[in-house]
Amino acid sequence: MSDPHRVVVTGLGVIAPNANGAQEFELALRKGKSGLRVDETMAEAKLACHVSGVPQGIDELVEASFDEELQLSMNSSHRFAALASVEAWQDAGLEVPEATDDTVHWDTGAVIGTGVGGIDTMAERVVPLVNAGKVRRIGSTGVEQVMGSGVSARVSGILALGNAVTTNSAACATGVEAIVMGADRIRRGLATRMVCGGVEGASVYIWAGFDAMRVLARGFNEEPEKASRPMSASAAGFIPGSGAGIVVLESLESAQQRGATIHAELLGGATNCGGHRMGGSMTSPNPESVRRCIRAALEDGGVEPAEIDAISGHLTATGADPREIGCWAAALEREPGDLPTITSTKSMIGHALGAAGAIEAVAAIQMVRDGFVHASINCEDVHPEIEPYAASIPHETLDTPNLRTMVKAGFGFGDVNAALVLRRYEI
Amino acid sequence: MEKTEIQERVVKILTPYVKDQGALANVSAATNILEDLKVNSARLVDVVLAFEDEFDIEIADEDVDVVNTVGDCVGLIADKL
Repeated sequence: MSDPHRVVVTGLGVIAPNANGAQEFELALRKGKSGLRVDETMAEAKLACHVSGVPQGIDELVEASFDEELQLSMNSSHRFAALASVEAWQDAGLEVPEATDDTVHWDTGAVIGTGVGGIDTMAERVVPLVNAGKVRRIGSTGVEQVMGSGVSARVSGILALGNAVTTNSAACATGVEAIVMGADRIRRGLATRMVCGGVEGASVYIWAGFDAMRVLARGFNEEPEKASRPMSASAAGFIPGSGAGIVVLESLESAQQRGATIHAELLGGATNCGGHRMGGSMTSPNPESVRRCIRAALEDGGVEPAEIDAISGHLTATGADPREIGCWAAALEREPGDLPTITSTKSMIGHALGAAGAIEAVAAIQMVRDGFVHASINCEDVHPEIEPYAASIPHETLDTPNLRTMVKAGFGFGDVNAALVLRRYEI
Repeated sequence: MEKTEIQERVVKILTPYVKDQGALANVSAATNILEDLKVNSARLVDVVLAFEDEFDIEIADEDVDVVNTVGDCVGLIADKL
């Protein structure tokens, strides 16, 4: 194979619990603004956790952005994906086409993943109507909302994408995996541009199973903004989040030819699985696979462990946090006290499942681009096993003008991992 | 109910699905829903559900098969009222 094409990020789009839009999102991150709120739907359904992260003001954004037919066709994950994709597309300096324009972007595809999919549509519409013998009332939009590929299909229709369009699913590693998969097509010369990321809808039906597993935090129902506590001694589970993170990836040649603004370079990435062995299981990561995934991403990017300046962890605020920190230290060959700055975006937005890695990748791209690391909030009481690494946890936003290279990783049920290496783009 | 009123309400229900909004200006009983208004054929299912709700009627699948124009919709609904 000829030299692989370099891949850069030319567009960012975010719909998140603490902000909509990439610029607002960066401001919220810099302020340490939580987007977690008390959730009455969870209380009514008698979940033990009554806190969630749900993007606000979505109805108004959807109404202003899409025609009526689209508005009637979309469930929550479609709405988040569509809004974030349009933002990323326009941020990349590209025009959203009219529905009547038959021009197809044959050189541009999409990998937009989801962890759980259209369960809200299934639960609120398909199951009740089938059980009532009123199948006709499902209407024409039931299938497109519950089909696994619904979110990428929706975006491909809005943007007229003609290259590979698919939806990946790797539980909580989905968002990072999507970016790794999309970048691969560009590097191999199979696409010029890929719209990539992850999305997860907002619904108690998506979150209930996690509550049943007792992995959601249940002790902070009165203090929602304090409920997501990655790396803290008082961390007792994650807070479910929702939203979408979308990036436009592009070959460096294409970005330069059209004079696009480059947010960062994607040096490399990797995905793997721990095989549910060596301590790994359906719900727990094999630490060896986590270390291997991080190392594989570095090798793919041609980056030495010593070059990593900061880490955007998976760090959900469960008992897995201390083990994750140990994996980072081992993979990057660092002693306690020497670990790069490590932060958890989930401290502010909760765990957005299939969207998490992508929303957090957008944050990491902004941190690399602008030279800062946002605070990992609610970690005043560092977990005893993490205490040796405490100096690496930012409690306030740090100005880091020398931050050049960052790793973003996501780890998911199924013992699957994904990591990517980002570098500030310097002309 | 007068047919003109039924037609007004039919057109209102069709409007969100009309790809060629310009065609709405000259809509008549002869206007073809798929060809003139460029409605996605899959969405006819939703249009029919909306007719049922709007006029409190039931429309069988066989009835839908013969609906091509705005006038067909009006006739079908008027028969059921």
